[in-house]
Amino acid sequence: METGVLHAAIVHAPIDVSALVARASHERVGAVSVFIGTVRDLNDGREVSGMEYEAYEGMAERELHAIATEADVRFPGVRLVMEHRVGLLTLGDASVVIVAAHMHRAPALDAARYVIEALKVRVPIWKREHYVDGDRQWIDPTATPVGKR
Amino acid sequence: MSLPVLLFASYADAFGARTVQVPVTAPCAVLDIVAALRVMPGGDRLPAEPLVAVNRTWVEASALVVVGDEIAIIPPVAGG
Repeated sequence: METGVLHAAIVHAPIDVSALVARASHERVGAVSVFIGTVRDLNDGREVSGMEYEAYEGMAERELHAIATEADVRFPGVRLVMEHRVGLLTLGDASVVIVAAHMHRAPALDAARYVIEALKVRVPIWKREHYVDGDRQWIDPTATPVGKR
Repeated sequence: MSLPVLLFASYADAFGARTVQVPVTAPCAVLDIVAALRVMPGGDRLPAEPLVAVNRTWVEASALVVVGDEIAIIPPVAGG
């Protein structure tokens, strides 16, 4: 069974979650953990209509791959598949999907958690919220408590 | 002499461009580039110590750049 980083990409099209799960799955795997980040309708009390994601694409994909490689070292045997979408997304759209498959559940869950937490700190991607009232604003997570980012 | 510097998101909005020519002479330190950027139009919206990447790798402010390096000033990241 091939393990490690099977796929880590920045994409422009909608993310096909089922396809990513299928890619990570394997008959020797007993646990498949899936993290899906989605666009929500409210932030800091303001009604959001959509979210625009921008990436420094060459670096973002490279950094995402580096993080996934770290997760592979921490959780040997994991199969990792992930995509982050950029462009204009609407409410409920998946902005990021991380699939971690492993023989056992703990490393599957922990690997997905490791990747999303590191992604939020180190991958050069930005988002601009579009509000129902027509205003738009780039989000600066460093102005928000860690748990709410 | 000047060096091209890549800008993104809120910083690109601040300078009104995705690439700016910064008047510095290479080789120089990243912090020299940031200082030169901060006195350009729009530079007041740049923090004193922004995140910087050279050749698509995170670097410290003391890092040296040479002609041909890909220099990027990175706003606070917000992926996910």
